[in-house]
Amino acid sequence: MVAYIIRRLIAGVVLLVVMSIVTFALFFASPIDPAQFACGKNCSPAMKAQTAASMGYDDNFFAQWGKFAKGVFVGRDFPDDPKLKITAPETIAHCAAPCLGYSKERTSTVTDLIKQTMPVSLSIAVVAFAFWIIGGVLLGVIAALKRGTLIDRGLVGLSLVLYAFPTFFIGLLLLKFVAIQWNWVPVPEYTPIAEGGITGWLSSLLLPAITLAVFFMAGYVRMTRAFVLESLSEDYVRTARAKGLPKRTVTFKHALRAALTPIVTMAGLDFAGLMGGAIITESVFNYPGLGKLAVAANTDFDLPTLVGLVILLASFVIIANIIVDVLYAVIDPRVRLS
Amino acid sequence: MTDMHSNDGPYLSVEDLVVHFPTADGIVKATDGLSFTLGRGKTIGVVGESGSGKSVSSSAILGLHRGSSAQVSGRIVLGGTDLLMLSDEEMRLRRGKEVSMIFQDPLSAMHPYYTVGNQIAEAYLVHNDVSKKAARARTLEMLERVGIPQPDRRIDDYPHQFSGGMRQRAMIAMGLINDPGLIIADEPTTALDVTVQAQILDLLQDLQREFNSAIIIITHDLGVVAEMADDVLVMYAGRAVEYGPTKDVLTHPQMPYTWGLLSSVPDVQGDTNAALIPIPGNPPSLLNPPTGCAFHPRCVHRSKVPADLCTTTLPELLPGSQGPGHTKRCHLADPDELYRTEILPEIMPDLIVED
Amino acid sequence: MEELVAEAHAPSQLNPDAAPILEVENLQMYFPVRSHGLVRRVVGQVQAVDGVSFQLGAGSSLGLVGESGCGKSTTGRAITRLYEPTGGAIRFEGKDIARISPKNLKPIRRDIQMIFQDPYTSLNPRHTVGTIVGAPLEIHNLVPKDKVLPRVQEILEVVGLNPEHYNRYPHEFSGGQRQRIGIARALMLQPKLLVADEPVSALDVSIQAQVVNLLQDVQKEFGIAFLFIAHDLAIVRHFCPEIAVMYLGKIVEIADRETLYSRPHHPYTQALLSAVPDVRQAAVGGRRERIRLTGDVPSPINPPSGCRFRTRCSLAKEICAKVEPPLLQVGARHKVACHFPGELGHAPQTPVTTGICGVDAQGNTVAGQTADIQLNAPGYDTTWLDLATGQRTGA
Repeated sequence: MVAYIIRRLIAGVVLLVVMSIVTFALFFASPIDPAQFACGKNCSPAMKAQTAASMGYDDNFFAQWGKFAKGVFVGRDFPDDPKLKITAPETIAHCAAPCLGYSKERTSTVTDLIKQTMPVSLSIAVVAFAFWIIGGVLLGVIAALKRGTLIDRGLVGLSLVLYAFPTFFIGLLLLKFVAIQWNWVPVPEYTPIAEGGITGWLSSLLLPAITLAVFFMAGYVRMTRAFVLESLSEDYVRTARAKGLPKRTVTFKHALRAALTPIVTMAGLDFAGLMGGAIITESVFNYPGLGKLAVAANTDFDLPTLVGLVILLASFVIIANIIVDVLYAVIDPRVRLS
Repeated sequence: MTDMHSNDGPYLSVEDLVVHFPTADGIVKATDGLSFTLGRGKTIGVVGESGSGKSVSSSAILGLHRGSSAQVSGRIVLGGTDLLMLSDEEMRLRRGKEVSMIFQDPLSAMHPYYTVGNQIAEAYLVHNDVSKKAARARTLEMLERVGIPQPDRRIDDYPHQFSGGMRQRAMIAMGLINDPGLIIADEPTTALDVTVQAQILDLLQDLQREFNSAIIIITHDLGVVAEMADDVLVMYAGRAVEYGPTKDVLTHPQMPYTWGLLSSVPDVQGDTNAALIPIPGNPPSLLNPPTGCAFHPRCVHRSKVPADLCTTTLPELLPGSQGPGHTKRCHLADPDELYRTEILPEIMPDLIVED
Repeated sequence: MEELVAEAHAPSQLNPDAAPILEVENLQMYFPVRSHGLVRRVVGQVQAVDGVSFQLGAGSSLGLVGESGCGKSTTGRAITRLYEPTGGAIRFEGKDIARISPKNLKPIRRDIQMIFQDPYTSLNPRHTVGTIVGAPLEIHNLVPKDKVLPRVQEILEVVGLNPEHYNRYPHEFSGGQRQRIGIARALMLQPKLLVADEPVSALDVSIQAQVVNLLQDVQKEFGIAFLFIAHDLAIVRHFCPEIAVMYLGKIVEIADRETLYSRPHHPYTQALLSAVPDVRQAAVGGRRERIRLTGDVPSPINPPSGCRFRTRCSLAKEICAKVEPPLLQVGARHKVACHFPGELGHAPQTPVTTGICGVDAQGNTVAGQTADIQLNAPGYDTTWLDLATGQRTGA
């Protein structure tokens, strides 16, 4: 089991390295010249060359990647010029480890940008995750157990309708009616725990989280229902009934245990995906999260920020994958003991 | 047969059992008027192809249809109680205690996430007010009894760590832990190799002797029936088509479907020149079963019956020439003669002289 | 009655003079076993097939029987080159195909086809029967496109399906009919050898006989050789005039039908045959007398030394643990791998293999003695060891 986890971890690290190289290569191959953009509109060739040097864009691909990788572990300076550091330290921006790059556009290290925006995305993701897992799985189980009844059909139908609604539409609806027209909640504005306490934080997240959760929840209702129905028709559930176990035990101990295993996998990966920022939700509610940062960086051709974000988000998915694999081994003895 | 009716009647008596499943396309008549009896310490073999209703009927005895859309009628009297009259909860308390079931494929019939010991003990705990420790001790005892080597080590293994034969032994331990009066074994050895099958059948018989249980063994293998069962019930399209003492039915079969089953399976001991005569066609649809005798579209002896009797009239399950205990559902006038002159020479030429 | 006679099929007969179409010599198929540690080193080999040799005559059939894990299916897959064998030779029409490249394999795949066990999963549910059955023709580019359909319909008719149903999908057919589709696909290229892996074991009993009879018809009509792999000893007996019994990756006995079923000489063959439940027992009542094997088959990763069956064998003596018994020819068409071969209850007291293996009765090596015949060669010799006299005799 320990060996299994370590093997997964090593594979994850290798994957991270490969993924960072691929990301780098993609941006390297893009037709946009980052130095040109960083240098601005009225850029002379000399200025451009200087910018390129200060940003490290004048090196070859592998040298650039090497500097980036080094920066992640020990930090780096922009521009990386030991002479300048002595003569004019004020012109140098230091990017402390873990350094994911420096955005000239935003005059800030990418790491700092992420530090500012991630709590917002993480908050929305966590609250939305709680909503959709509790709601989706619960309703899915109910639909499966009440199979064929009105409750089942209603839940399945409703989830289909909600699934079909675009996220921005649901967000705008909630904003317009719940917050503005009916005034049930204040127009949401992100409040960190440090400012508003748990309640302030939570209430500021209510609408964005619901917006996001609705879409996922609809999918989870259907998926959970399908998995539970499948496991209810398994031979071992019939065995459990044949033993004379009460219905409760049959359903919860035997059927649900098996049905929830694949849901753990899906949930882990979906959560990791969400960490990347719910771009639309954040835009609708104007929340300063990772998604919004990504959209802005994209519009400005802010390559360092984009590279940093892509690598960060990809690592979330890789880490989530490892966690899911380990969880799977914990849940299923066939994985653990074979 | 007759000795079963002594005392207070048979231990198990199934009367006119009907199991219908309403579907969007109509009613699936999985079992349609099945009756048989079984005494304690006796075994009945239920034979038929997939869709003949053999598994559905036994699930109904266990009450597994409850909570589904199945429509069940008739009487299932076990030890004096009609199981169909019981409430769901009363039936549940009997399930696994008075009637238990051993399934075909022990790998899928056991939960992959729980240890073998846990699953067996669970069957004991639900019907006995004992501590977990006592249940574990009883589980160990049962594992030992069904011949699992080193049961104290294997009790905490998961099903996938057992071999096929060992899993079926564990399954039997689970079925017998509450010492039930009736055991339903649904194709208990179909998924196993022959040498393991022999071991499992031995075990079942030993345990039956020890606990004096009644056994319903569902199988498609007439060889298993010949060696295990006192009585045999041949099912086709949800109905019994031949029923009687095993020796009688298998040596003097009177129904063309039984002949077909015998002739379509080569025999490992018999004459190497015996022919293989398949039953033509396919098993019937239970949604729209054929009129008259359900077997008539596949029956090669139909022309020997006058008029359109086979296609129009369902034959009654009536005694033939072999005494009142051996019944068959067929219009043929003299099946014995037909079997001796036409069927036996083809399928068991070596037996002609003895007969 | 006419109908009945037309469908009744007598067992296939042996043609001892048929030229061999397939010769398998010392076939080995190992699969690596990896450790559970951090680095997944190869720590052992599953010896799924270990030194299997046999010969199959053109248009004849050989049955391969044994219990799960004996290597019979692996042997079939190695011969159709679904696997690359670890060692040994597979000579098809004299040409060794054990190690030839995928490119050179393509023409041979036309001649060797396979029928699978499960008619439910071996047909693509999204393709029509016509597409499935016609695919081999198109893959091998054998006929112009407009000639494919007539050919498909012809073959469907041969296997007893309605040729007008070429446009239907597999799920519209019953299990038996699906197996007929699988057979039609295999027949499309007019193969010379068909490897049938448990072709009827997933079917209902009444349908099994239909399919077995169909295979017999097909064999007669097209002269196809069959390697018939099954666990059902009775079906194999009916279909194959010659049968090999496998245990833990090796052939323990191979003989013509009459000999193998009436006078088996290997204790495992005897146990296997006696384990089959018999309908005739009804006349007697109770269980058949049988040899009872205890325990499970040992792991093929770490098989017992010497004879692999010795751990469950009632005849096992010292020599069995030390020396692996050679597949010794003891009759015109009868080979057995046992130190104490004999009919049930008539096993010899001393091992008959000492001279051949160059050992004494306890299995210790005798100086200066070596094996005196070529062992493990496919096919049969003209002379053999007569067990009654201990001398070599011939026909």
